[in-house]
Amino acid sequence: MTPSTTTARATGASPRRGVARTNRWRLTGLILALCGLAALALLSVAVGSRPIPLSEVLDAVFNYSGQIEEHIIIAQMRMPRTLVGLAVGAALGLAGALIQALTRNPLADPGILGVSSGAAFFVALGVSVFGVGTILGYVWFAFAGALVVTLAVYLIGSAGRGSADPVRLTLAGVALGAVLSGLTTAMTLLDPTAFDQMRHWNAGVIAGRGYDILLPVLPFLCAGVLIALLVARPLNSIALGEDLAAALGTNTLWTRIAVVAAVTLLAGGATAIAGPIGFIGLMVPHIARWIVGPAQPWILGYTLVLAPALLLISDVIGRVVLRPGEVPVGIITAFVGAPVLILLIRRRRASGL
Amino acid sequence: MSAQTHNHARSTARVDFGHAVVQIRGRRLSVRFAVRSVVTVVVLAALAGTLALVALTLGDYPLTLEEVVLALTGQDAGMANLVVVEWRAPRALAALAFGAALGVSGAIFQSLTRNPLASPDIIGFATGSFTGALVVIVIIGGSYVQVAGGALVGGILTAAAVYALSYKRGVQGFRFIIVGIAVSAMLASLNTWLMLRAELEVAMSAAVWNAGSLNGITWAQAGAGSVAVVVLMLLAAAQSPGLRQIELGDDAAKALGVSVEPVRLGLVITGVALTAAVTAAAGPISFIALAAPQIARRLARTPGVTLAPAAAMGALLLLAADVLAQHALPSSLPVGVVTVVIGGSYLVWLLVHEARRQV
Repeated sequence: MTPSTTTARATGASPRRGVARTNRWRLTGLILALCGLAALALLSVAVGSRPIPLSEVLDAVFNYSGQIEEHIIIAQMRMPRTLVGLAVGAALGLAGALIQALTRNPLADPGILGVSSGAAFFVALGVSVFGVGTILGYVWFAFAGALVVTLAVYLIGSAGRGSADPVRLTLAGVALGAVLSGLTTAMTLLDPTAFDQMRHWNAGVIAGRGYDILLPVLPFLCAGVLIALLVARPLNSIALGEDLAAALGTNTLWTRIAVVAAVTLLAGGATAIAGPIGFIGLMVPHIARWIVGPAQPWILGYTLVLAPALLLISDVIGRVVLRPGEVPVGIITAFVGAPVLILLIRRRRASGL
Repeated sequence: MSAQTHNHARSTARVDFGHAVVQIRGRRLSVRFAVRSVVTVVVLAALAGTLALVALTLGDYPLTLEEVVLALTGQDAGMANLVVVEWRAPRALAALAFGAALGVSGAIFQSLTRNPLASPDIIGFATGSFTGALVVIVIIGGSYVQVAGGALVGGILTAAAVYALSYKRGVQGFRFIIVGIAVSAMLASLNTWLMLRAELEVAMSAAVWNAGSLNGITWAQAGAGSVAVVVLMLLAAAQSPGLRQIELGDDAAKALGVSVEPVRLGLVITGVALTAAVTAAAGPISFIALAAPQIARRLARTPGVTLAPAAAMGALLLLAADVLAQHALPSSLPVGVVTVVIGGSYLVWLLVHEARRQV
């Protein structure tokens, strides 16, 4: 079986140089993107069913007073939500960039290792078998599911040989993901309560997720980011192909294990916090590659800034489109991201890996 | 050991295909079969037929095979006749016909994109048809026929949109896949949102529809569906030489004199129409289209996916999944849930099995 990797390699073979060709331009762009992200974060705190002027936002940050209603709204609802958005977005984007670099497949997203289907399966188990009904209760089920299923995918993908080759890893993820999603559907269709809770969890939400959910997961996310930054350079040589990478002195086995571990921590943690939010991990690395070309450290850096930006924009749009109601952020991301992806693929120069 | 039946003087240059083939040469039409493919199709069809008879005996009103045969041949006009002919036969027929349709449709798409992970789903048909059905179920609250109509409209519009968006001096396989994924992702979001807005019971009935179910299939749907499927499969068979050429790659096919784009469009339309016929009657049944061509390819040991074995395998798979879905569990599940679990497990097994062989 030759899955999409072969097609991908055939069509996007020659890595093209990005828009920013020198490191000075790349650094300038990164700083600009960071400024944009900061502005978006402020916007995310200001916009909502009750708009708060920016001056008041800054006032609440630097000069907090528990007497003013706006300040309480900011401190207890908008700030946690924005911080959760930043963390989840960065984690998903980084996980996507890593898995695309490892599998050398531009279609790979973190879900391909079975992270989201595993998390969903365990949450459904928790809801229908153990009667868990709170967001705080879901977190550990989702995280455990992501870890266990990714491990299983890795074992199936590497069965028989010394290490998992990316094509088999992809197929194993798709196959196991399908089985688990079928079982999840079966469980929820037999249990209306579970169905109701799962359809809300499945949408992908960062509203109402506070520090009590973010803080326990944060150490795992940080560990994931750390591993990701450590493997950035080895991934550059992996992009040349396994054999060449080994010849260049890269320890491909350990790089691969480190990447799978980082993706599991990042995507598993993000899914545990917010539920499955698709498309960010798939989308943002493509945009980053379009800007900087095929240089993994820069791609990871840009993704780390651009992914939370996409998530925050989507979240702000979700609050505004259907006032006074809200649309879950996981539903908006595809609508913001998919048209960009279609435009990029029609230009054809952005998909090279 | 090629058992060739030609006696033509010019055909001294025998081609070794690497497997046994039978050639029949007429004045206007020559046909070549691979022996193993033919045997595979016959065996699979026989298995499916036997399983269909067994399926007719199973249920709350158990019958023996003898009683079933009597009822089918019209020699028993009592309760058995009602149960077998009116209740169980349309469902078994639908499972066979729809399974074959999905198998062929999957084979067409995997062949066109030369990607074993491709299925009609990549063109967004399943997601689009769910969007159409959801709009009818949630907003209008329509009947069975209206839901089927909504699904057809949604699916066809989506497929057309994906084709149009990926068209740029021809439709190239990779771009086709990516655009399909992007459009499907947007529609999937829309579906999630519609499900969230709906009442719990409405949302659950929509979810059951989306899983794909053969519950409550009557002669009207099974008959109309089967006729449509047979016609479309004949169309697909007529187009299969073109499909073989395109499989060589666009450039090679053009060099052989095939006008690639019209042939491909015709194949896409046939594949989508096959899926549409199934979806309208039973909802989007997933994974048969993905798994059947690949299993059949391994059984028939053909170099690429082929239509006839895929059809036979699809029929057998869907019927088996439906029997399991009806009788294996205390409460009956939509057949689509079972096909996903079976198909996925098969893929896992296949991966482990292939890995062992490589050592």
